[in-house]
Amino acid sequence: MMRCHRFRYESPATLREACARMTDAGGEAMLLAGGTDLVPNMKRRQQVPPTIISLRRIPELRETRITDGRIWIGAMTTLASLTTNPDVRNRHPALFKAAAQVATPHLRNMGTLGGNLCLDTRCNYYDQNYEWRKAINFCMKKEGEICWVAPGSPRCWAVSSTDTAPALMALGAQVEVAGVDGERCLPVSELYREDGIEYLSKKRDEILTRVLLPVPVAGEFSTYWKLRRRGSFDFPVLSVAAWIRRDGDGIVEAARLVLGSIASRPLLAPASSILVGSALSEEVIQAVAEEASSLARPLDNTDFSLGWRKKSAHHLIQGALRELRGDNPRELGPIARRAAELVPVF
Amino acid sequence: MSRPLSGMKVVGKPRRRVDARAKVTGQTRFADDLVLPRMLHCKLLRSPHPHARIRRIDARAALSMPGVKLVLTGADLPIPYGILPVSQDEHALCLSRVRFVGDPVAAVVAVDEITAFEALDEIQVDYEVLPTIADPLEALATPEPKIQPYGEGNVHKKVALEFGDVDAAMAGADHVFEDIFFYQGNTHLAIEQHAAVGAVDPDGKLTLWSSTQTPHYVHRALARVLQIPAAHIRVIAMPNGGGFGGKSDPFNHEIVVAKAALVLGRPVKTCLNREEVFYCHRGRHPVTMKLKTGVKSDGSIVAMDLQTLLDGGAYGSYGVASTFYTGALQTVTYQVPRYRFRGCRTFTNKPPCGPKRGHGTPQPRFAQEIQLDKIAAVLRLDPARLRQSQLAKPHSLTANYMRLGTISLSECIDRVVEGSDWKNRYGKLPFGHGIGIACSSYLCGAGLPIYWNTLPHSGVQLQLDRSGRVTAFCGAAEIGQGSDDVLANLVAEVLGVDPFDIRLVTGDTDLGPVDLGSYSSRVTLMMGHAAIQAAERARDLIAQAVSAKLEVPVARLVFADRRVFDAQDPARGVSFAEAVQVGEAMHGTLGTTGSYRPPESAAKYKGGGVGPSPAYSYSACVVEVQVQPETGWVEVEKVWIAHDIGRALNPVLARGQVEGSIYMALGEALMEEMDYRRLPRHLSAALVHKFPSMLEYKSPTTLEMPEVITYLVEDPDDAGPYGAKEVGQGPLLPVMPALANALYDAVGIRVDEVPITPEKILRALGDRTAHRCGPKSFPFIEWPEPLRVPPPWEGGDGKAQNEGPRRRREGAIVAPDVAQPGLSPHPSTPEGRREKSDETSPAPELPEVLR
Repeated sequence: MMRCHRFRYESPATLREACARMTDAGGEAMLLAGGTDLVPNMKRRQQVPPTIISLRRIPELRETRITDGRIWIGAMTTLASLTTNPDVRNRHPALFKAAAQVATPHLRNMGTLGGNLCLDTRCNYYDQNYEWRKAINFCMKKEGEICWVAPGSPRCWAVSSTDTAPALMALGAQVEVAGVDGERCLPVSELYREDGIEYLSKKRDEILTRVLLPVPVAGEFSTYWKLRRRGSFDFPVLSVAAWIRRDGDGIVEAARLVLGSIASRPLLAPASSILVGSALSEEVIQAVAEEASSLARPLDNTDFSLGWRKKSAHHLIQGALRELRGDNPRELGPIARRAAELVPVF
Repeated sequence: MSRPLSGMKVVGKPRRRVDARAKVTGQTRFADDLVLPRMLHCKLLRSPHPHARIRRIDARAALSMPGVKLVLTGADLPIPYGILPVSQDEHALCLSRVRFVGDPVAAVVAVDEITAFEALDEIQVDYEVLPTIADPLEALATPEPKIQPYGEGNVHKKVALEFGDVDAAMAGADHVFEDIFFYQGNTHLAIEQHAAVGAVDPDGKLTLWSSTQTPHYVHRALARVLQIPAAHIRVIAMPNGGGFGGKSDPFNHEIVVAKAALVLGRPVKTCLNREEVFYCHRGRHPVTMKLKTGVKSDGSIVAMDLQTLLDGGAYGSYGVASTFYTGALQTVTYQVPRYRFRGCRTFTNKPPCGPKRGHGTPQPRFAQEIQLDKIAAVLRLDPARLRQSQLAKPHSLTANYMRLGTISLSECIDRVVEGSDWKNRYGKLPFGHGIGIACSSYLCGAGLPIYWNTLPHSGVQLQLDRSGRVTAFCGAAEIGQGSDDVLANLVAEVLGVDPFDIRLVTGDTDLGPVDLGSYSSRVTLMMGHAAIQAAERARDLIAQAVSAKLEVPVARLVFADRRVFDAQDPARGVSFAEAVQVGEAMHGTLGTTGSYRPPESAAKYKGGGVGPSPAYSYSACVVEVQVQPETGWVEVEKVWIAHDIGRALNPVLARGQVEGSIYMALGEALMEEMDYRRLPRHLSAALVHKFPSMLEYKSPTTLEMPEVITYLVEDPDDAGPYGAKEVGQGPLLPVMPALANALYDAVGIRVDEVPITPEKILRALGDRTAHRCGPKSFPFIEWPEPLRVPPPWEGGDGKAQNEGPRRRREGAIVAPDVAQPGLSPHPSTPEGRREKSDETSPAPELPEVLR
């Protein structure tokens, strides 16, 4: 089997200590939450930190609480426990659906919300083991100088593959990060940068500690559709997170549409100007899908062919909006059953 | 003593398999579970280049690392080997040339895996990069540089056979259909990665534990390469966590750990990672096919003309057999009065292809079954009826001299037609919904062994003692298919005990008689016959003694319910243990043997060694799909499959094999592919597997698995043990074409290649004229003059008219293995019989090795 490199393992008992250790390590150390992303990456030598700082002994990172109607979720909360949290399930279905569709039941038992938000970006030329990457001559994301997806490109085009981030962006959530100088809150959308290598805006020694969800209001609906080859295991090749608030007459008062897995960060689609004031008619849905799918400019960095991913974006966006309108996704055809699949959650 | 089939106590009863307890409780020990005292770990350094000459290997830095015990290179294991005697073209570690990314160059043995892995990076290899060949078209167009020293340019093998005057028959046909198909390569994806442990016994003999389907062939390869008498080598096939054909070659890592154990005197283990398993491969050949069929206006076939072009990868492996298999079974399902087959296998700089479930036959089956659907559409015939009206005849010879036994395909078709409500639904479902049908056949064991010999193909030995214990010994390898259960089942049936009473010792070349291995669906039939023979001999010995004791004639004795008793007075009898005791008292220590060798084939022409089998199984399948025209997304809703199994020895196992076949088939049909990529040529010479990982090599999960309705159709075939035929491979074959045909019913398109992805469905939907996605042309190949063999109904005798006198040993594609291990000198170049026997390649220039 593949073995990890040799590294130093630390497991501080407090957040303050963890922050201090990260700062001391001068950017060399990496944080370990569930390990479902980091450990395989270490085996493949994509990430070879000399020091691993585990967050497992810090109790406050596992806490979930509701203050003034707002849900605070500790970053070490497992994806599995998110899916069994009735507050999440009932109030923020987009987050529930996103968490429920990450990887497999086993990986959701280990993987955490914070880990999924900080998930390394992915690429066909990068998510390979050491020998394979050596055989093609390493890419710029690790050890090399070229981007094999776009050989003339000065930047890395690895894809943001987190399921929960688009959902949280659509829901208007915030994250809290902690460093030696204290904590700060920022919108989830500001956590990301459009770069396959430096895809997080937080400093390397900052620790993502909590996710803060807004107070749900009446007339709010949200969903998350994930396109992938199979109903389990796979990372998204395209995801659509949608949130709307409608008034008593069904007119959209506010909306956010976020596309995942089409760039190095989740992208907010230009949809709200069309959606707001509409009753989610078929024409409006078509117009939004037209407008938003133009954002999808797929490259050779995930499963499926580029052209097909582009075509499916249109279809998926329509499907998600129809679901928000009240259509039953199970009746929207086979791809909808796959993309909106509510995996049985235990 | 004989018992009518209806009176059977074990055979035909659905039972928990004998190894189920160990497997579900995690107690089965696989090769990677072995841990021996002082065991060392081995890792292979693999080529990063698709094609290169090795100039120099500097292992000094690696050898100086603490914990590193040994570095081996090609020069340490210079003798070539290969599964077929005609393709002895592999070296445990490449001698002077690497032929694909992943070809092993050196081995490091160290105290642990991490040290061995780190040492790989310290071995400096100087390569001279050579031009690469990525597919058969390039291979045909690029004779130089040759990937292998044998063959014609980069063509490994061409075969051409003609049974009757095909052109004349085509000229007289009412309609001639010509179609081109492509079947993409895919791999076995067994969950267990290959692992092996080599150790030297205290008496100096070698033992190798391995996840292998063919311990006997590994045994032979070890003797040959290591120059040790075969009698001093023991190979133990551990239970395999899946095989599917992927563990049926002797592998480099097996030879390397054995050699390292001999050098170091300590046990040495390796367990491949998933990427390395992709590089071992030996999976489905990518095949481009041109199929021309002449039919009468009622759709009946008058002649078939098939050309196949195989992408073989870098080595021979089973490739010569695979090439013949792309043609050999085309005549076994439907009546084909005249038949021409021409096949060509090319070398490419990719991992070698070989046998995967269905070995060489799913590809032409896909072509024929889709073409039949097209014929039905053009002639406005019902596809199920079209098939049923021209099925091959039971107990007959085919045009190419395959001897058929029982055929229950008509009943199979009836079952799936009825189950799927075909008559009311085919052609009548709303747009986007469709059903399709296809049929197939498969062999129950290859009629000839891999190397020419006249010995049994399978042997079983029984040992019984006064406690009532029965131990069955057999070389057959349990690869998850249930061969242990079949062995216990049959012995228990004959001796009247419970399968769980039987102790089994299998897959061990020291302890059991030879069985050729778990490939070609041969074990149930061949080991089954051997087991029955051994058990009947034991029963006869015991019956003689019990008859004397009870004063009951032997003919009246019944062995059942762990007793031996008088059929006319069941109370009069003894327990099985007592029966063994009186037997032991009369005859001395009780032990018997049984063995089996298939009947002589009727195919006497060169190449006729591939295809003959003691019996053939048949399957019919209906697949229902829903297709979304906007995206091409397809969902398989339900599968009905009927399999002519002869007799189901254990219906639980049989159904498991059918369902497993459907699962594997759907993967091949919809998503699995061994896809390779080049990078921009001005930047890189890379030619790599696109994604050698289980995450991105897409194979279905349980969530993609539809409902499956299985019908086991039982019509015992005299050639099988209690009438049993195979079930491990055949049910895979009809699924891919049935799915493709369902797409036509659903949205009116033809996807003439697998995998059938949403992209291809959209492409076919966008093709306004042909409504098709698939290959557009078949390349020109300079075929040799075919061997002309008149079919049986045209006065033929199974021999070719234009073939010179042939020596006995050339009676098949399998040539004698002339190397007597440990006795004769070994050349350092491939020594198998070549196309041109006088062709010799110069001894390769060995690289400089620094240690």
